[in-house]
Amino acid sequence: MNEKVNEKQKKDEILRILEENARLSDNEIAKMVDMDEDEVKSIISELENSGIIRKYKALINHDKTGIETVHAVIDVKVNPERNTGYDSIAERISRFPEVKSVRLISGEYDLSVLIEGKTMHKVAYFVAEKIAPLEGVRNTVTHFLLKTYKENGEMYEEEEKGERLAVTL
Amino acid sequence: MQLSFLKEGSSQVIHKKKKKGMKSNRVADRVKGLKGSGIREFFDIAQQTEGAISLGVGEPDFVTPWSIREACIFSLEKGYTSYTSNWGLLELREMISDKVYTDDSVYYDPEGEILITTGVSEAFDLAVRAIANPGDEVIIHEPSYVSYKPCTLFTGGSPVCVDTGVEDEFKLRAEKLEQKITDKTKAIILSYPNNPTGAALSIKDLEEIADVVTEHDLLVISDEVYGKLTYDGKHTCFSSLNGMKDRTILLNGFSKAYAMTGWRLGYAAGNKDIIEAMMKIHQYIMLCAPITAQMAAMEALRTNDEMEQMVSEYNRRRRLMVEGLREIGLSCFEPKGAFYTFPSIENTGLTSEEFAKRLLLEEKVVVIPGSVFGASGEGFIRCSYAVSQYEIKEALKRMGRFLEGHRVV
Repeated sequence: MNEKVNEKQKKDEILRILEENARLSDNEIAKMVDMDEDEVKSIISELENSGIIRKYKALINHDKTGIETVHAVIDVKVNPERNTGYDSIAERISRFPEVKSVRLISGEYDLSVLIEGKTMHKVAYFVAEKIAPLEGVRNTVTHFLLKTYKENGEMYEEEEKGERLAVTL
Repeated sequence: MQLSFLKEGSSQVIHKKKKKGMKSNRVADRVKGLKGSGIREFFDIAQQTEGAISLGVGEPDFVTPWSIREACIFSLEKGYTSYTSNWGLLELREMISDKVYTDDSVYYDPEGEILITTGVSEAFDLAVRAIANPGDEVIIHEPSYVSYKPCTLFTGGSPVCVDTGVEDEFKLRAEKLEQKITDKTKAIILSYPNNPTGAALSIKDLEEIADVVTEHDLLVISDEVYGKLTYDGKHTCFSSLNGMKDRTILLNGFSKAYAMTGWRLGYAAGNKDIIEAMMKIHQYIMLCAPITAQMAAMEALRTNDEMEQMVSEYNRRRRLMVEGLREIGLSCFEPKGAFYTFPSIENTGLTSEEFAKRLLLEEKVVVIPGSVFGASGEGFIRCSYAVSQYEIKEALKRMGRFLEGHRVV
């Protein structure tokens, strides 16, 4: 029992470490959690195989890349279907590559959909041509994103930090 | 403390014949007696070296959590800008009382047994001034923080050092302590988790010390400012031991655990008469701790989610650094608290001061020579892991390169 709890804790700790920085080597992680490198390797591949770790990606501040991209959040009101509820319509919407995320939400609307496109025009057309006409979609509202301040727990504008002294005893 | 420290042997107050009108007499003898040394120059260079990675830091690299800063801003907007009671805000003292009771199972009356101070530094000064008569001996284990000795000297008391060594994992051993006790011994200072070694004491270690304290009727000033930063098991508050509450002046603060160094807020808790005596000094020299810091501290005590995250992050860095130091060939005792490692550099054949100077010059890494913290710190360097994982890795790389060139075969 105790061993199981311990293993669960180590797994959680490894996830926390990777969520913060996925580029650490197995060796570095092993040191941090006080385990063998091989043990860390096997835990990570187990996490990957079981689908807990979905992917390793970079968090990019697109405003700084100079490449124009436009994002919009679309609120979608739908008619849930018999048997499948919201799942089948959500899945249909999810399959478009322009769609970056789809979430079921509470409130006046049912789905919150994040769309990425090259221009505002393209995003607007995508909504009008691909999302709105879908069977079961009753209504949509499009919110274009103007600026990102924080994403996935990271501030996009570096917080100004007072400088520490190099030496304090 | 920044840049000022005592060197071994500088403790004697130098008495010279007074020459009237001479500039050299403007500064009091007891201050002149505190000598700096060549190392001060090294610290100045360290502060100014561009591109240097500093493992010489003695404070968290986290900014004070936003909820705390936000609460402070709100208090300013509300107009909390006045003095407080000399004791500190009652509400804060009540919260500290609750916190210490919950975490350490020892109860202090918020009215009379707790005093809010301007950092633990002030609390220490008050504590030693409140209890030491001229000639009284105060036992200080070394290596340890640099201000215990000078503050004791200012009272006219005599600091008596007891060395701790790596063979004891830098723990103060009851036998060693007992050897230093004379009929003039008034108090001992306990500073665990320890700066600079990272050592921590187990309950058994503490109980053995408590027995000595009772037997010789001593007082204890226990500086537990790193208590929340303990990685292997839980920190035990000295005053929670049987019979120790009445003999102990517990010092703690918000600097390390809540990343609030610049706020300057600490507290002392202990026997009513002693705390009252400390308050008397405090009211004349400080009046009260800054109200803004007190308001912020209340928020710090209300929410400690971020603190837990900081502690786990320190723990990761601790392991990364200890393993890394060992990999580059330095023997390193496993620190159990604070945010310092204290590796031995003996196999380089360099003194700790030479090591630090050359490392800075050749590889631009700042470490603190162990000798700064007492003679028994010679042969060691203090490396702080209150820096980012990236900085730890880069510093270790540079130190590894440095050692290649300096290892004595």
